[in-house]
Amino acid sequence: MLRLEHIKKTFNPGTVNEKRAVWDLSLHLKPGDFTTIIGSNGAGKSTMLNAISGSFYVDEGSVWLDGKNMTFVEEYKRSRVIGRLFQDPLRGTAPHMTIEENLALAYLRASEGSIPFSRISRKDKAFFREQLSLLEMGLEDRMKQPVGLLSGGQRQALTLLMATMVTPKLLLLDEHTAALDPGTAEKVLELTTRIIEQNQITCLMVTHNMHQALELGNRTLMMDDGKIVLDVEGEERAHMTVTDLLEKFRSNSGKDLDNDRILLSAGQEN
Amino acid sequence: MLYVIQTALELGFMYALVALALFLSYRILDIADLTTDGSFVLGAAVSVTLAAAGHPFLAVFAALAAGALAGYVTAFLQTRLGVPSILAGIVTNTGLYTVNLMVMGWSSNVSLLKQETMFTMLRDTGIGGNFHKLLLAAGITVLVSLLLIWFLGTRLGLSIRATGDNKDIVRASSINPVFTISVGLCVANAMTALSGAVVGQYQKSADINSGTGIVVIGLACLIIGETVFGRRSVGRNVAAAVAGSIVYRFLYAVILKTSVVPIECLKLVTAVVVALAIASPTLKEWGNFQKRKIRSMQKGGR
Repeated sequence: MLRLEHIKKTFNPGTVNEKRAVWDLSLHLKPGDFTTIIGSNGAGKSTMLNAISGSFYVDEGSVWLDGKNMTFVEEYKRSRVIGRLFQDPLRGTAPHMTIEENLALAYLRASEGSIPFSRISRKDKAFFREQLSLLEMGLEDRMKQPVGLLSGGQRQALTLLMATMVTPKLLLLDEHTAALDPGTAEKVLELTTRIIEQNQITCLMVTHNMHQALELGNRTLMMDDGKIVLDVEGEERAHMTVTDLLEKFRSNSGKDLDNDRILLSAGQEN
Repeated sequence: MLYVIQTALELGFMYALVALALFLSYRILDIADLTTDGSFVLGAAVSVTLAAAGHPFLAVFAALAAGALAGYVTAFLQTRLGVPSILAGIVTNTGLYTVNLMVMGWSSNVSLLKQETMFTMLRDTGIGGNFHKLLLAAGITVLVSLLLIWFLGTRLGLSIRATGDNKDIVRASSINPVFTISVGLCVANAMTALSGAVVGQYQKSADINSGTGIVVIGLACLIIGETVFGRRSVGRNVAAAVAGSIVYRFLYAVILKTSVVPIECLKLVTAVVVALAIASPTLKEWGNFQKRKIRSMQKGGR
């Protein structure tokens, strides 16, 4: 499905701020894999997602999706098959456009080669309505309202819908519930898992919550210093606790995990 | 008196096309497009030169195409070559000065004497009687307004609107923002050139300096319209831009008649009004902050 082969990315090369964000990283995801990623501050989690989505081109190595070489494909073309959510709920929607118009934009991914001068049809509207009702937030009755009026949670749920309405081959979630209040975060997460399971979407999810990392999905990666230092799935993962995970991290990377948010959330829930 | 009102309406409708162009580039795409001055003159030059050659209708379409091309140059500079958007407009505008002179046969002024224009042709049919100029000016602007509203509701139009609102989601919808910016600037400058084309035939002349400050006047019209009619739906915004332009021309006529402000000072007054209108949110915020500061200092003394 997704194959990263020895990708490298250095920011600000040749300056004092030089940063090897991702170094010789390889990863292979099977179709339908729901993989969670956890890692220390600046481990390169977001950089890896950016490399996959095409926000920049990797310095070395290659990116393959579904057998196609994506290494030098532009970001906007990759978005046809890759859906993505960011931590900031404002990033995924256009605030001055209505809910309906936002959905129509996202729906463009389905209509390759469609006439650019076509308009939102009645059939489209009915489809959007039906999709919105699945979010159970009452948004289906507010389709003519600008998205700027919605709360962060509602906007993130809408973004989730926009990213998955046309089923992507790969879904990238970059701590997409971290900026929401706990109740809303739970609701959005529940929607996320439901949509992923229903559509069998291959997914990479960055989280700072160790419990989430072990509970959700079928595989967990831990990253440090631009590399994957731990990769567990199946039986081994099923029996793992947060303490095991921290222990493993220490033995594999040779240091303690230093992500404050991860440790805080681990402390809270233990 | 009637004549004054009629002229104000005619000019208001013709220059409204510039306000609509700025609505598209400045409000929707969030790009201050300084190509505007040059593409207005380009439209007038192409239109008057071709009308002088006996093709008043072809002239309008040629002006549209020339304007779109000018817009494309600006878009190309900023999207493909990394020139900052404001500078891209200034560069194109500067280049257009020479292009415009060339179009007018290396002269700074072209006039129509006995040749037909769209206006004289309509007069000769007898339609509209004494109001034929107003009829044509209003007809063109209303038609363009309706086309613009329609266009902004299409999938391409939605993508252009999203480009100014949040570029991330345009890319996420598998559309290239380079493409939407280019289309947007082409359409905007085609509208500006159309304004120049109609005004050129109306005044039966094109002048190399007729575009100076047109971008600021266009912004003033846009802001007047938004202040009076509000900013809500696309349809309402388009109507507001046209209405703003008419209001501006009425104010202009009043000032001209009564000489409240010496007419030589009008550009300065317009510039000040536009600067104040665009600065108003910042000024308001500053005022509120000062109030808060004074209040807390009064309390904090004890």
